[in-house]
Parts: sequence; C-alpha cells; structure tokens
Amino acid sequence: MKQQTLASERRSKTTLSIVLAVICVIYVLPVLAVVINSFKINTFVKTNTFDLPTGEMWAGWSNFIKGMTFGNYPFFKSALYSVLITLLSTFLILLFTSMAAWYIARVNSRICRAVYYLCVFSMVVPFQMVMFTLSKTADKLHLNTPWTIPIVYLGFGAGLAIFMFVGFVKSIPIEIEEAAAIDGCGPLRTFFSVVLPMLKPTLISVGILEIMWVWNDYLLPVLVLDINEYRTIPIHIQYLKGSYGTVDLGATMALILMSIIPVIIFYLLCQKHIIKGVAAGAVKG
Amino acid sequence: MSKKPKSGNSIIRQTRLWSPLFMGPVVAAFIIGFVWPFIQGIYLSFCKFRLIRDAKFIGFGNYVKALQDASFRHAFWYTAMFAIVSLVLINVLAFAVAYALTQGIKGSNLYRTVFFMPNLIGGIVLGYIWSMIFDGILSRYGTSVLMDSKYGFWGLIILVSWQQIGYMMIIYIAGLQAVPEDMLEAAKIDGANKWQTLFKVTIPNVMPSITICTFLGLTNGFKLFDQNLALTAGQPFIIQPDGTSIKTTEMLALNIYSTFYGSGSASPGVAQAKAVLFFILVAGLGLAQLSFTRKREVQQ
Repeated sequence: MKQQTLASERRSKTTLSIVLAVICVIYVLPVLAVVINSFKINTFVKTNTFDLPTGEMWAGWSNFIKGMTFGNYPFFKSALYSVLITLLSTFLILLFTSMAAWYIARVNSRICRAVYYLCVFSMVVPFQMVMFTLSKTADKLHLNTPWTIPIVYLGFGAGLAIFMFVGFVKSIPIEIEEAAAIDGCGPLRTFFSVVLPMLKPTLISVGILEIMWVWNDYLLPVLVLDINEYRTIPIHIQYLKGSYGTVDLGATMALILMSIIPVIIFYLLCQKHIIKGVAAGAVKG
Repeated sequence: MSKKPKSGNSIIRQTRLWSPLFMGPVVAAFIIGFVWPFIQGIYLSFCKFRLIRDAKFIGFGNYVKALQDASFRHAFWYTAMFAIVSLVLINVLAFAVAYALTQGIKGSNLYRTVFFMPNLIGGIVLGYIWSMIFDGILSRYGTSVLMDSKYGFWGLIILVSWQQIGYMMIIYIAGLQAVPEDMLEAAKIDGANKWQTLFKVTIPNVMPSITICTFLGLTNGFKLFDQNLALTAGQPFIIQPDGTSIKTTEMLALNIYSTFYGSGSASPGVAQAKAVLFFILVAGLGLAQLSFTRKREVQQ
C-alpha cells in the first residue's frame, strides 16, 4: 500500500516536471525569436518569423550596425541617458526617502503623519491623473533634462519608498539610537552611521523596485523630457515605429536584443535580491 | 501612537532641529511631483482651457462631455473586460505554477528564474516583441494583430499573462511556503486527499497572498498603458457616422492619453475630467477589493 502511493507520487512528480519543462521552453521562445530575428534580413522577419536565419536570410551583424544609428538618433546615447536617469533617480530616492522615513517614524508629529498618509494615498493614484499638470510643472521648473528629471521621479516615486522604509524603521528598536545619542551622536550621525546600515535589506528592495520602474518607464520621461534632445531606450524604441512609415524589423529586433541583454545579465546576477525585493514591494496592499 | 519613551524626548527635540534636511528634499519633490499636479489636475477638470494660464471655470461641463464620449465608454467596457479576464487567468495560472514549484521538484529554482524573467522587460519592448510574434503567425493567414480587435484583445491577454504570471507566482510561492507544515501533515494523517488538502488547508492559508494578487491584478489591468500602446495603439479603428472614430482596442489609460495629446483632440479639460474619473475608479476599486478580501480572511 505504502509503496504504491510512493510510486504514484513519483509518477505525478515526473509528469509535473515534464509539464513545467514544456512551459519553460514556451516561456523562453519569445526571447529566442528576438535573437534569431535580429540576425535576419528585414524582408524575411515577417514571412519567416520562426525560421532560423540561414542562407539568404542571414544578415550577420548588419542589423546591429544599422540599429546603432537607426531612427535618426544614436542608440548608445539613449542607453546612456537611460543609465544616467535610472542611477541618479534611484540614488536620490534611496537617500532622501530613507532620511524622511526615519524622521517620520521617530518624530511622529502631526505634520509627519500627514506627509505619511499623503504618501500612502499617492500610491493608489494612477499616473494619468497627474501626467498633464506634472509635465507642465516640470517644464516650468526646467526639470526636462536627464540631470533634473530624477527630481520628478523622487516626487512621484516617494510614496512607495516612504511606505516601505517607515514600516521597516518602526520594527527597529529605538534603544540602539538612544544609546548612540547618549554616546554623543547627533541626529545626522545617528542616521548615517547607525540607522542607515540597519536599513540595508530595505534599501536593496526599494532600490531594485525603483531601478525596474525607472529603467522601463516610458510615459513619464516622454512627457517630461525634451525628446528631440534626450531619449531613453523605451522612448527610442517607441519612436522607431512612430515616425517613419515602414520600419526595419530586423534592425528593431537587434536594438531590442541590445536593450534586454543588460537587463537579463543584471537579473541573473542579482536574482535573489530582485525576487525578494519584488515580494516585499507587493505587500504594499 | 503616542507612547514615546521619556529618554527619547530630548533626542526627538534635537532631531526636529534637523527637519529641513531630513524632510525638506522629499517634501519639496513630493509637492512638485505629486501634490501640486494632483490639486491642479482636479481644478483643471472643471475648467475650459487651451493654455493653463487662461483656464476658465465651467463646472461639470467637462465631466458631461467625457461621459458622453462614445470612445471613452467603449474604452471603459473594454478595459473592464480585459481586467477581469487577465485577473482570473493570471491568478489561476500563477497559483498553479507556484503550487507545482513548491512540491520539491528538481530544477524548481531554474523554472522560477525563467518564469519571472519577462517582468524585467519593459512594456514598450514587450509590445514590439509580441507584435512581431503575432504578426509572424497571423501573416500566414493574410491578417495581422492590427486588423481584428479579437486578435488585439487576446494578444494583449497573452502578452500580459506572459509578463505577470511570474510576478504573481513569486507572491504565491512566499504564501505557500508559509503554510504550516504540521497542518498539512495533520490533514494527511486524517486521510484527506490531495484536492481536499489543497482546498481546505492550503488555499485558506494563502488568502493573504490571494488578496494581494487580486488587488494587484485588477489595478494592473485597469492601469495598463505601455503594452497597449506598443501592441495595437487602439487599432483597428471604427469610423462613426459623425466622423469621430472609436479605437476598438484602446484601453482607458490610452484613451486619456490620446484625448490629451492626440491629433484633433477635443480639449485638455475633457481629458483631465476623464483622468479624474479614472483615478476615482482605480482608487475605489482597490479599496473595495481590499476591504472585501480582508473580511473573508477574518471569517477563515
């Protein structure tokens, strides 16, 4: 009897493994399609999407070379702006929201609570609600460059970050900070040399969420930035299709491949943190 | 909230002196990036204007126009349908995958890595990847994802499922791993079969995860924009007798966007009124959903 159930359990596990492996392959196929089509001559992308780029379909690296200057805008420029905006925004958000969250959690005055609840409220407001007025305000304040748009990200993204940091600070026993104060630390030193190191897990989670958000964001930068001058990768890719009637699909796929390779490398390197960060961010409900 | 230890008081008093440094940057940016645009947005939804500086207060006129707009009503029903179908599909599949991956199968980590991967690719890029794939299939039958709203709808469902199943799966895995081992053991000893254990023990215990995923799925569905823009951008269009057109696969967020910035758009005031309605809908849905599922949690 026992042996029988064990055998059936093993059998069901094998079936499950096979099913999962099949789904896994299906999951990878779209990315594979990008890879094979980025080496294919344009005219064959639409007709032979799922064939390997062999014989007359083979385009070699020409799609990649073409992709670099495709759409009247150099790809590497948009990649640089994407990196700059993502890193700067994430840094600003991490630094300033963790400081504010500590202050909110510890001082806990009426104003603190008001700011906190406004932040929580901002999390349920869809971007469309503020996009028009936000882009006008940003324009007026000259926040329309890659060096200044991080301020807009800090403002619109503060909600989730403050929420997560306040939750974590409240779980830290205040005695540690009191001890630091007794030892003569001012608030600034207490925060930077005592509190901030303890916030590390939340810093990583929030950092990952912000990186994923800013890197992939399309609507905010397209409305705020002066897009004749500055384009991020998503804007660049969207404008390939937007402006010039027929698009070279092979070169587009080469561009897409170049833009997702760094993301996949980043993912494989910090997979554990990314998954943990996402799980932590989801609990915001 | 007001139970501060006595010894902390002097520290707090000292900290308060530093408030401009600690709170200043966030509050300033928050006002620029959220508070002011939000208030101005509400105000402008009651105004007629081309440029913000000559906005004239007109009351509820914009809201009346927004609700009379056939394309907006179409977008609402289309979005609602989309949100419900994607919510159910994504959650059921994500739960199934998470359940399978917590059974101790070899290679679970690899599968988890692969299933989560699409989440890191942005909506615009995803849209182009899938439009190439759909057109690769549909062009054999002489059609395209842009030619029939059915293809646009199910195409977007497939795309969003591919993207979000991995995300929900992570949340479900965390929930499933928190189900007490001894409860499952007890069910086994009492002679419960696999399905009974799943429905009577496991699912009630992962109700918090189900709450989160339902909430996320619904609001994600309603707020979807990038994928919609990149895959079909609302095509195919139907021209109506009065000359306006309905974009058959246009969702709410995209409808608001094209009312603001599209060619020949009515007026930004109407668009802003739509945006306010959209905000009320998304915020209200989230809150309703949350209180509903919270209540069910308590019962179990």
